[in-house]
Amino acid sequence: MSDLFLVGNASGFSGDRIDAAPPVVRALVRSGRPAALFFECLAERTIALAQIEKRRDPEAGYEPMLERLLEPILADCAKAGIPILGNFGAANPVAAARCVARLARRLGMADLRIGVVTGDDVSGTVDLDALPVHEADAGLDMSSWRMVSANAYIGAAPLAEALAQGAQVVVAGRTSDPSLAIAPLMHHFGWAEDDWQALALGAACGHLLECGSQVTGGVFWDPGFKDIPDPANIGFPIAEVSRDGAMVITKPRDTGGLVDLRSVKEQLLYELHDPAAYLTPDVVMDITGVTLEQSGKDRVALHGVRGHARPERLKVTACYEGSWLGEGEVSVAGPNALARARATADVLLERVEQRGLARRARADLIGVASVHDSDEGALWRSYDGPEPPDIRIRLAVESTTRDNADQAAREVLAMLCCGTAGTSGARWRVTPRILTRSFLVPREMVPTEIRVLEARAWN
Amino acid sequence: MELIDVPLHAVAHSRAGDKGNRVNLSLIPYDPAMWPLLAEQVTEERVLALFAHRGATRCQRYDLPLIHAFNFVVDDALEGGVNGALNLDGHGKSHSFRLLSLTVRVPKG
Repeated sequence: MSDLFLVGNASGFSGDRIDAAPPVVRALVRSGRPAALFFECLAERTIALAQIEKRRDPEAGYEPMLERLLEPILADCAKAGIPILGNFGAANPVAAARCVARLARRLGMADLRIGVVTGDDVSGTVDLDALPVHEADAGLDMSSWRMVSANAYIGAAPLAEALAQGAQVVVAGRTSDPSLAIAPLMHHFGWAEDDWQALALGAACGHLLECGSQVTGGVFWDPGFKDIPDPANIGFPIAEVSRDGAMVITKPRDTGGLVDLRSVKEQLLYELHDPAAYLTPDVVMDITGVTLEQSGKDRVALHGVRGHARPERLKVTACYEGSWLGEGEVSVAGPNALARARATADVLLERVEQRGLARRARADLIGVASVHDSDEGALWRSYDGPEPPDIRIRLAVESTTRDNADQAAREVLAMLCCGTAGTSGARWRVTPRILTRSFLVPREMVPTEIRVLEARAWN
Repeated sequence: MELIDVPLHAVAHSRAGDKGNRVNLSLIPYDPAMWPLLAEQVTEERVLALFAHRGATRCQRYDLPLIHAFNFVVDDALEGGVNGALNLDGHGKSHSFRLLSLTVRVPKG
């Protein structure tokens, strides 16, 4: 058993760059070390949207790009003995496994072993109303919500078990993101389920890699301040994890982006609250003792991560169809644009109010203040800077019916004739809103099932 | 020593992340020697005030002196978060740059 194991990541969310994997796989193969590759494809609400797809089509509801993600690398990974793990099963891991099996057969790999981990979907098995609510969600009014999905964030153990059963591709639905990296390490090094120190190293690996390029220059570059090479071709990350507890974060050569102390610090603290207690289903990670060292070009070594016993309960996130989002935008530009934009925003809000179309409404002046502003428009109303040359006015409403949201959004369209002088460029749309709430569920209420079959047997 | 006011952006970098209606903001000086100065000037009160117009209720700062960084956690800063906000940026990821617009007083040169 090798003392060094490599973990590569090729996706940080559903919607990430489709061509990230090949350079990572080439680097893993070149290293000659044992390795695994993982894809993280499930944001909080992605699974609810997938569940809605599955209702429409029983063979849908998994990562729509799955085949495109795997096709360029499946044969190379199988040949090199690099297992692929992903939560690309979303709401329908079994259908995703069938998709991978079809791809494998098409590529002449009918003996590829594909494992599926299920059990995360607790929508029909657990009575959530009887359980404690996650603290960040306390106090939400859910009276008019209708549940679409409820999934537990399962840990690394069932994924590692699938690898132990010989799976070359492991398809999961909702798992905790770091577990996708912990599982192959657990399997390779034979870590026990209560080896908190080892698991914390795995959690650090998963945490740093789970958002893909975010540790190699993505959402990092800031021209003139934090420049990165070739941002159109950022290399996705690789962690070199050693048995003795050391870890180096790096990336494939001949790719863009960078790995340095700045990029690793940003990702280490990303979505983190108490640095002494980052909760995963496998371990509680403590980074307060972590030190970082630039050990070479695009190489950062991490030391000192500590682990504590895992939480007793699993987090379950339930998604609900709650309401409708109506949005519309229109532009003004040139002399007196600010006054025209403010007047447009005020009139749109007045129209929505007058017609009783929305529970909540908001206007933004894109180009003056929007993403940093409040629903009340505190920033654009008080703005007293230079006259902006070009402003886009955005109306957003939350309505209880699709029709009301649509009617509100169409008020923007009507401004093409009824609006201020020079109003143009209307766009509007209505989307269902997915609301979420998280609960803490006893582990024994979330049994998982593992099934590993050759591609020829997945039908 | 002569002091000048600069935006945090001139001396530090940041990344924002969300969990529900909370935003976390890292703050990392480019020069580790600036860490004590930021510890003194970038207080929980000042960061909370940046989000007062959005109804933020609490800010907690975690210090990470070994990696010369800070982590700010601001409660109720996201107008409902990605699931509830009408804001284009429901995740609040643009707020790292709201933090970086704060002014700090640093030695000139």
